[in-house]
Amino acid sequence: MTLLQVTDLSVEFDTAEGVVRAVRGVDFTVERGRTLGIVGESGSGKSVTSLAVMGLHRGARIGGSVRFDGTELIGAPEETVRRLRGRRIAMVFQDALTALHPYFTIGDQIAEAYREHHGASRKAARKRAVDVLGDVGIPEPARRAGEYPHEFSGGMRQRAMIALALSCEPDLIIADEPTTALDVTVQAQVLDLLMRLQQDRGLGIVMITHDLGVIARVADDVLVMYGGSAAEQAPADRLFADPRHPYTRGLLDSLPRLDAGDATELRAIPGSPPSLLAPPAGCAFHPRCPVYARERNPLCTGDRPALRQVGDAHHNACVLDEVTP
Amino acid sequence: MIGYLLRRLLAMAVTLLVICALTFAIFYLLPSDPAAQFCGKDCSAERIELVRQQLGLNDPLVVQFGRYVVGIFAGQTLGSGPYAVRCDFPCFGYSFQSAQPVWDLMMDRLPTSASLAVGAAVLWLLLGVSAGVLAALRRGTWVDRTVMVTTIGLSALPVYFIAMILLYLVVTVTGLLPYPRYIAFGEDPGGWLANLIMPWTTLAVMYAALYARMTRNSVIETLAEPYVRTARAKGLPERRVVGKHGLRPALTPVATMLGMDLGGLLAGALITESLFSLPGVGKLFADSLNKADQPVIMGITLLASFFIVSSNLVVDLVYAWIDPRARLA
Repeated sequence: MTLLQVTDLSVEFDTAEGVVRAVRGVDFTVERGRTLGIVGESGSGKSVTSLAVMGLHRGARIGGSVRFDGTELIGAPEETVRRLRGRRIAMVFQDALTALHPYFTIGDQIAEAYREHHGASRKAARKRAVDVLGDVGIPEPARRAGEYPHEFSGGMRQRAMIALALSCEPDLIIADEPTTALDVTVQAQVLDLLMRLQQDRGLGIVMITHDLGVIARVADDVLVMYGGSAAEQAPADRLFADPRHPYTRGLLDSLPRLDAGDATELRAIPGSPPSLLAPPAGCAFHPRCPVYARERNPLCTGDRPALRQVGDAHHNACVLDEVTP
Repeated sequence: MIGYLLRRLLAMAVTLLVICALTFAIFYLLPSDPAAQFCGKDCSAERIELVRQQLGLNDPLVVQFGRYVVGIFAGQTLGSGPYAVRCDFPCFGYSFQSAQPVWDLMMDRLPTSASLAVGAAVLWLLLGVSAGVLAALRRGTWVDRTVMVTTIGLSALPVYFIAMILLYLVVTVTGLLPYPRYIAFGEDPGGWLANLIMPWTTLAVMYAALYARMTRNSVIETLAEPYVRTARAKGLPERRVVGKHGLRPALTPVATMLGMDLGGLLAGALITESLFSLPGVGKLFADSLNKADQPVIMGITLLASFFIVSSNLVVDLVYAWIDPRARLA
């Protein structure tokens, strides 16, 4: 059965300047043992999406449906959602130094979640903390459990963050830029760790990142977000083989490639992400889109484009895509 | 840790010595002549000169300063012959006007100031911190706005104004309490309490307002920290998220400020003590200023510096105890 099914999710905030529409009508599903990658720039709505799934976006208006293992979470009582948080859906945050509490030891922070959800004794929770720290490859876990986050290296801290997420054996892990703050070798280790844990435990993973390299490494399916909506959605191999949306192509072109030869320049996407307060009419990407710049197609500034199927499990929101299934 | 403590204590000693030297220089360059005070009224110029010699006031400043510092630790005898006065350890000078060592004068008054400062601090912490936390948790609601408007108003009121209003309402209009005078706690605890309520309130009002505003901002800031979000993501009940993960770090700066404020107030709340005629160190200071009783002024200045410098150290140690990042390996 589908582990997580998100349908027509929208997130809005009231601000002094007006209503910010951070997420508009996003759909995706996550199956057990599979990884969904959500890619986008800052402000594309990817992190807001994850917080909305967890019910952690305070003061936001959330619409649509989030079903986790058959239970509807939007509009559910706080207590229901709280009991799922940490227990069955766990989060791994970007910067473990700020995401872990500076005043408490790593062991205490992990044990606290375990005690909350399992009613375990102090001693049992402590043992559990040491065990999961060992599981994520932290040497001398019993000693390190008694240390504070600032005494850990960046990579070890992120492992500890993952250990915290794993402590209650969740079914789904939402990882929000879990490797962004790490250098490349440590990044690879942390991703491998997540993949190994996924295989061992059949975890569903939502991997939120701006880094297509990470996506290529871990994701089974990819959702490309732009300006709060889905731009393109496809299985990972298909997306990399046949990117259809100009934004996805732009993202791929802006990646350095070893096989591209010296003469190939990296192409950056011109402009900056759209304002979510007053998004551009029509396709949110059109002001930066090279195709629109060339063709000035009025379709691009007309209605807000919706995803259309353009291939097997491949969806694209670009109105200019000649559908060739 | 021991090494750190020793270094800090040494630095503290140096700071106090510098403050001591500066105050000494300022006071002994002032026109008022200790010899004339010692000698009393109707004293001839020759006699004053004799006293100057006996007190060593004609010695170079450095020599006099050295004598003062040594006196603090070893005591000293001022003057010689029939006029000699003995000032025992710790000798912070001798008030010729009161015919008492400065230390004794200060120690007589210290319990009053300490009662005032500590009692007021308890009051302003209870009021200020709870109002601040409440405002932060109800941010943007009428509770928050009421707290903010009230605290702006209260922090703008001068202490003497608050004292006047209190005295008028409590003593004159309603007669709930008698006009305050200091009663030692050991003498009559009930009387001690009744007489300190108004001074405490007066002093606490301004601080409570400041603390409420600071607490509110600190709590709001802390609750937006990623580690508070992590606590929620762990599935902890909101009570624990706020109480354990939010409030502890939010109240750390409050503890720091409390240390500083208390350190400053121990050496006397000058205005409040004067207004309520409380015989504290602050009142002593005000009286000594009026009488130009230099040794006392200087002694109190040093006492105040000592409290402030040592509360700094205490604050740093407490901080390290609360926040593991501030601990030294």
